[in-house]
Amino acid sequence: MNKKFFLLTVPAAAFYFWYCSSATAHAMHIAEGFLPLKWAIIWWVVFLPFLIGGIYKLRKVIEEHPEAKMVLGISAAFVFVLSALKLPSVTGSTSHPTGMGLGTALFGPIVMSVIGFIVLLFQALLLAHGGLTTLGANGFAMAVAGPFTAYWIIVLTGKIGFSNRAAIFSGALLGNLATYLATSLQLALAFPAATGGIIASFQKFAAVFMTTQIPLAVSEALLTVVVVNLLAKYQLQGKFIKFPVGEGTKI
Amino acid sequence: MKRNCLLILAFIIITAVPFFISNGADFEGADGQAEDVITAFHPDYKPWADFIWEPASGEIESLLFALQAAIGAAVIAYFVGLARGKNLRQRERQ
Repeated sequence: MNKKFFLLTVPAAAFYFWYCSSATAHAMHIAEGFLPLKWAIIWWVVFLPFLIGGIYKLRKVIEEHPEAKMVLGISAAFVFVLSALKLPSVTGSTSHPTGMGLGTALFGPIVMSVIGFIVLLFQALLLAHGGLTTLGANGFAMAVAGPFTAYWIIVLTGKIGFSNRAAIFSGALLGNLATYLATSLQLALAFPAATGGIIASFQKFAAVFMTTQIPLAVSEALLTVVVVNLLAKYQLQGKFIKFPVGEGTKI
Repeated sequence: MKRNCLLILAFIIITAVPFFISNGADFEGADGQAEDVITAFHPDYKPWADFIWEPASGEIESLLFALQAAIGAAVIAYFVGLARGKNLRQRERQ
């Protein structure tokens, strides 16, 4: 954590609490059957290449660095824990974090498409949370839009001088928000408003989804840094991890 | 590890604050309510697919969510503990 980081985050937090002290909102994955067939198929088609690319990359990582399995397990377990935590938000509703930031920082975004897919499948089959028909859309939001945003934020903030931890914090935070922005966009495309169309609908969904999600995004980012600290303390990051911020950097 | 304690404390505060700010809110899960937003836009929309299997009750659902979190936490704790042990042994040898 460093000075630049605080200069950017403190005003943002102040603005947020002022802005959403009255809003009501709810956010989560799109439920089973709640995307029209056309959009369910479109998002499955969009998500599949990322999933296949992720499986390919995952196999390569494990082949080249068998010792990476341990940290891979931690990244997946972290997603498991965080996506099971339904946290309260200042808007008076609950939602859950995604936990994708950690694995993204360690293995890059594409590997997370596989881990996200597994978690979403588990929740759709066992918990009636999300759904199989909407798994393509939810997968794209949580396991593609989130991790890729997190990745680029980590790279960019690293370039402008954030410490590794601050960069990962920012990446995890904005990656979480990107997931729910993507969900809003998916819902807006499928359900445009009668007046104002997709844009009006998107504004509505985004307003509804994002306010709930912001404190959860901060929580997620905090927990991500906790685990990064643990990895660093026990030198678990190993040789195979290329932190986006400078290869082989110590955290 | 002092740093981690502070981070976890911050996490607990963020999680607890809503109960004071939005006192009296129902803190409902969003599953149903996200659907309400859709039906507000398109009152005639009918979900065309349903869950293959649904937890028998809210309690059973909590059980499964708790199980999911427990499995995750167990895996993290196992690997971190393993690494700690390895580190300690290495240090003893030196």
